Amino acid sequence: MQKIRVVIAKPGLDGHDRGAKVIARALRDAGMEVIYTGLRQTPEQIVGAALQEDADVIGMSILSGAHMHICPRVMDLLKEKGLEDVLVVVGGIIPDVDIPKLQQMGVRGIFLPGSPMQQIIDFIHQNVRPRAEV
Amino acid sequence: MKTAVAPTADKAEKRFTTISGRPIERVYTAEDLRGLDERRDVNDPGQFPYTRGIHPTGYRGKLWTMRQFAGFGAPEETNQRFKDLLKAGGGGLSVAFDLPTLMGRDPDHELSLGEVGKCGVSIVSLQDMERLFDGIELGRITTSMTINSPAPMIFAMYLAVAEQQGADWKTLSGTIQNDILKEFIAQKEYIFPPRQSMRLITDIFAFCAKEVPKWNTISVSGYHIREAGSTAAQELAFTLRDGIEYVQYGVDAGLDVDSFAPQISFFFNSHSDFFEEIAKFRAARKLWAEVMRDRFKAKNERSWKLRFHTQTAGVSLTAQQPYNNVVRTALQALAAVLGGTQSLHTNSLDEALALPTAEAATLALRTQQIIAHESGVTAAVDPLGGSYFVERLTLDMEREAKQYFDVIDRMGGMVEAIEHGFPQMEIAEASYRFQQAVESREKIIVGVNGYVQEDETPIPILYIDETTAERQLARLETLRKTRDGGRVRAALDALKETARGTGNTMYPLMDCVRAYATVGEMCDALRDVWGEYEEVPLI
Repeated sequence: MQKIRVVIAKPGLDGHDRGAKVIARALRDAGMEVIYTGLRQTPEQIVGAALQEDADVIGMSILSGAHMHICPRVMDLLKEKGLEDVLVVVGGIIPDVDIPKLQQMGVRGIFLPGSPMQQIIDFIHQNVRPRAEV
Repeated sequence: MKTAVAPTADKAEKRFTTISGRPIERVYTAEDLRGLDERRDVNDPGQFPYTRGIHPTGYRGKLWTMRQFAGFGAPEETNQRFKDLLKAGGGGLSVAFDLPTLMGRDPDHELSLGEVGKCGVSIVSLQDMERLFDGIELGRITTSMTINSPAPMIFAMYLAVAEQQGADWKTLSGTIQNDILKEFIAQKEYIFPPRQSMRLITDIFAFCAKEVPKWNTISVSGYHIREAGSTAAQELAFTLRDGIEYVQYGVDAGLDVDSFAPQISFFFNSHSDFFEEIAKFRAARKLWAEVMRDRFKAKNERSWKLRFHTQTAGVSLTAQQPYNNVVRTALQALAAVLGGTQSLHTNSLDEALALPTAEAATLALRTQQIIAHESGVTAAVDPLGGSYFVERLTLDMEREAKQYFDVIDRMGGMVEAIEHGFPQMEIAEASYRFQQAVESREKIIVGVNGYVQEDETPIPILYIDETTAERQLARLETLRKTRDGGRVRAALDALKETARGTGNTMYPLMDCVRAYATVGEMCDALRDVWGEYEEVPLI
């Protein structure tokens, strides 16, 4: 079986990367192939990384409150590049009122502070697209 | 004594450890303090090595400063919050800046999209600084500013406002965080490469020694290192080793150690593991006193005394059952007070969800006032001194920090260690270990992996809308049209010229600020000369 490929990204100006790094390691320990983009990635860079890495999943860590600017742009770019089947999940500080809006634009998983890593791993397994037969 | 009561079999199987993973014995006795020399290791409050505090009278003479960190939206909104906090009995101001300001970007830069005024107040030019402190006399209060890469620019703006108000720079008091090393290590709000960043800091040391002698030129910070997931001992070790690096660079730049070391202050986290935190604060004072006297041969006692601000652990706050955070914060604040902090910020209950509401911020301040005036813990200095457990933990903390000092010294210093990714990897390891302990329920976080409650009622939170960004963008456009463009260009060119040479960058920066150059323009001028730092991401 091919490994699930995940791009973990930190968009925006925020540098608090503890969550991104912990989840990157947890997904790797769970047997996934993890590509961590590093800090301050624009939506263009994130989608570019997903395309280049043939990612099944994009995970974005956003704590600064900029999610309502970043997520729509990422979702539009994915559509533009024909990558609609990439599973997009977001973790961070997301006010309740924004959750339905993010879901509506196609962000499938939204994980708030305190979410167990196992829950995120299970979510990815249950929702990722099946990999095409080689 | 230790084996007098045998633990029961099933108790023996359970491991007792601190939140940092440090094993804890069942009981501590005089045996654990064998080798401790009362005079050398502890001594009286106010006496070298200051383990029991830097003042002989502790909080009897003066309580800690209750300094609540605040900032959001446009400058007028934060100005109002400051006035409210001062009215509620807050003793000093503490400014939180938004991410574009912290990263030296104007609101119209592409990376500022969605970030203006969100995590703090947006400060673009001197005009915003004038609005921020409108009606607040800078000569009469002390202000702490959490600013690092653009610290020289923001500090220059503060000095320019003081100048406008007619306040004497020689009497101004406050703190700029100005700690770039922990940015490379933990918080990652760096702009310029490490060595050029260190030069900006030594420029401030020299400038302040001459022009603003009472200003705290740096707040060497463990807070962010801890928030990034370090253990208590790593926080202590990396922070103090950062302090050593700054002093070394100052001395290497030709400054007399006693001319700038007394204005160095520290900033620690107060996390949830009560006694470990108290031991950390006590060990910090002792370590610094020894380093300053023995390693740097400082003669002035003020150079030996470690003064510190504390903030309770933001990372310990949970989005689940947010009222529990009031209790967590109170315990952490108590640990900071028992550890002898000089000033304290208590977090608000809603901070795992958003920036705090005015009500939540007031409750956080009240928490400190209750500790100060009702608990009775301020009456005796260092009330836990002499506890077998606390003294043993203090010695252990000190020993572990010294082991890290040795490793980092062997690498050539903290700048070199950072370039190797050493502290970054140590912290990443520790944070992953802690997360695993939470996942396995070896560590219980109430409301998260134990005592979980379904159907929680949401609490009111502060929602920052987009009008701040629009307002700040419009103001920036007007500013660019109305200021003297020629004067701005000349000032920025002079800054670049100084950056290329060896002069003190603070003087040309003052001219840039007075000409209403923006934070983004001043940082861009230095980016042109020095380039930008990019880290190699390590996981």
